[in-house]
Amino acid sequence: MTMILGVPLTMFMGQLILGLINGAFYALLSLGLAVIFGLLKIVNFAHGAQYMLGAFTALLGLRYLGLNYWLALLVVPLVVGGLGILTERFFLRRIAHLDDLYGLLMTFGLALIIEGSLANFFGVSGARYPTPESLSGGFQLGFMFLPTYRAWVLVAAIGMCFATWFIIERTRLGSYLRAGTENPMLMQNFGVNMPQLITLTYGFGVALAAFAGVLAAPLYSVSPSMGSNLLIVVFAVVVIGGMGSILGAVITGLAMGLIEGLTKVYYPEAASTVIFVVMAIVLTLRPAGLFGKEA
Amino acid sequence: MSTAQTLSPAMKRERNSRLLRGCFYLALISIALVAPFIAYPIFLMKVLCFALFASAFNLLLGYAGLLSFGHAAFLATGGYITGFMLASFPSLTPELGILTGTAASMALGLVFGLLAIRRHGIYFAMVTLALSQMMFFLFIQAPFTGGEDGLHGVPRGELFGLISLSNDLSAYYFVLAIFMIGFGIIQRTVHSPYGQVLKAIRENEPRAISLGYNVDNYKLVAFVLSATLAGLAGSTKTVVFQLASLDDAHWHMSGEVILMTLLGGVGTLLGPLVGSGIVITLQTQLAQSPLGNWVSVILGVIFVICVLSFRSGIVGEIQKIVKKKFK
Repeated sequence: MTMILGVPLTMFMGQLILGLINGAFYALLSLGLAVIFGLLKIVNFAHGAQYMLGAFTALLGLRYLGLNYWLALLVVPLVVGGLGILTERFFLRRIAHLDDLYGLLMTFGLALIIEGSLANFFGVSGARYPTPESLSGGFQLGFMFLPTYRAWVLVAAIGMCFATWFIIERTRLGSYLRAGTENPMLMQNFGVNMPQLITLTYGFGVALAAFAGVLAAPLYSVSPSMGSNLLIVVFAVVVIGGMGSILGAVITGLAMGLIEGLTKVYYPEAASTVIFVVMAIVLTLRPAGLFGKEA
Repeated sequence: MSTAQTLSPAMKRERNSRLLRGCFYLALISIALVAPFIAYPIFLMKVLCFALFASAFNLLLGYAGLLSFGHAAFLATGGYITGFMLASFPSLTPELGILTGTAASMALGLVFGLLAIRRHGIYFAMVTLALSQMMFFLFIQAPFTGGEDGLHGVPRGELFGLISLSNDLSAYYFVLAIFMIGFGIIQRTVHSPYGQVLKAIRENEPRAISLGYNVDNYKLVAFVLSATLAGLAGSTKTVVFQLASLDDAHWHMSGEVILMTLLGGVGTLLGPLVGSGIVITLQTQLAQSPLGNWVSVILGVIFVICVLSFRSGIVGEIQKIVKKKFK
């Protein structure tokens, strides 16, 4: 059998792909956090809960409405994003003039409410979302077996990251968003409806989280706490990469997934802590983060 | 000429308010001394431990303006180290066990502090949260913590080898003494010149830097002090409840201490006391009621209400009213 650095190739590649998939989720979630933070200056603590809400909505839609996977991928982000818009309109806007920390606290409270309520209605144990039939099966790559669904997740997540990058960097709406991040007052004076733009941006960020949730539903078991544990890792990823650039968030997310995967191969005990260790190292050597602008 | 005659009206007012404050604290202490004869001592000890924990947290948020989302790590470290020491060395007296746990939290606070003060505002909160989550994973895996079960059956032992703490009443007075020491340290710190500089940094950091203060050092000392006192609270908690559990290390705990402080009043000395009293009472009462499963939802709702329209907290609002009346 082929070996890489003392590990069978199959296991090595398997963990690498798993790591890359985890990394794709880190990238999608930290991207949403970065988009929201840019304009609202809020670290959205409810992001994990909204991701979980995406997975749950897909699951319940399938169970009670027969909503199939492909429709869910389209409808669920819209529904959860709509909830996000209401959240911004009725909660976050009221505290927009205050210190940034209040946004973190507010969204933390909202996350507790969402997670706690779902845990009461559906229990804390997870449920399975079946893999869609058109994506079952897999490819035999010679050195490993790659399930089709995993390949699809990777493609979809990276595609969505690219689409987001395109919208923000290459469209007119995106240019408003970037300008609004720099100087919201001036944009308002130019006649751009900033409050509306802010609401839509938050809705978009939440929809990204929900999209990630639907993608994750057939991979991981759907449970109320699936988001919050993931979110803390994503926070570390955000600290490592800095929230300054979109590509930075995506690259850091994927890289951290890979590092985690490699750690699982060589030193499994440290797999759950390695990203935090990387964060500590980055903080020591480059306090602003790899792609960060903050002094 | 006697000194009393040279006092300006402002100084007189200051002296009067000091006297009033002294009387107020005396009244509080007397209530605390008779409390165990009226309420359940175990419950009171829990409130005191969390009040000390929240006061330590408030020192950082209320006076240095630093929001730590990882204070659970210090509570848990103090608790686990104390629990481990007391369980493995039966000859160790509880005060030495507590001292070891507190020292461990202090060391951890120094490491976390050095890393976290490199970032500001929201990033500071995220860094502390991530670091404490790392500790959570370490506590699950470490050989001495009992993993998911935690440490049980930690002996209360005999204070200084003389006074047995197995009686709830003596344990209560022991916890009260520790609380008063911790609270006294915080009170002295806040009112010292160091505390004034800390407040200046909170209000306007660039200005404090331009005045020549080494801001990072001030912040680091505040962080370590806060971590140490949080560790003291965790250590004491382990001794009186005879267990150290993984719940203390979970990020929910970091959130709870923020809620206690926010509800009572950020930046007020008595706020964390009031806040922890209310939150612990609520948790204890709800746990016995049919709403037991809704605790985290209810805490979330209180969080949202506090942030939306009650940002000064209970003590803060009372202070506002009092100030308006006497102006």
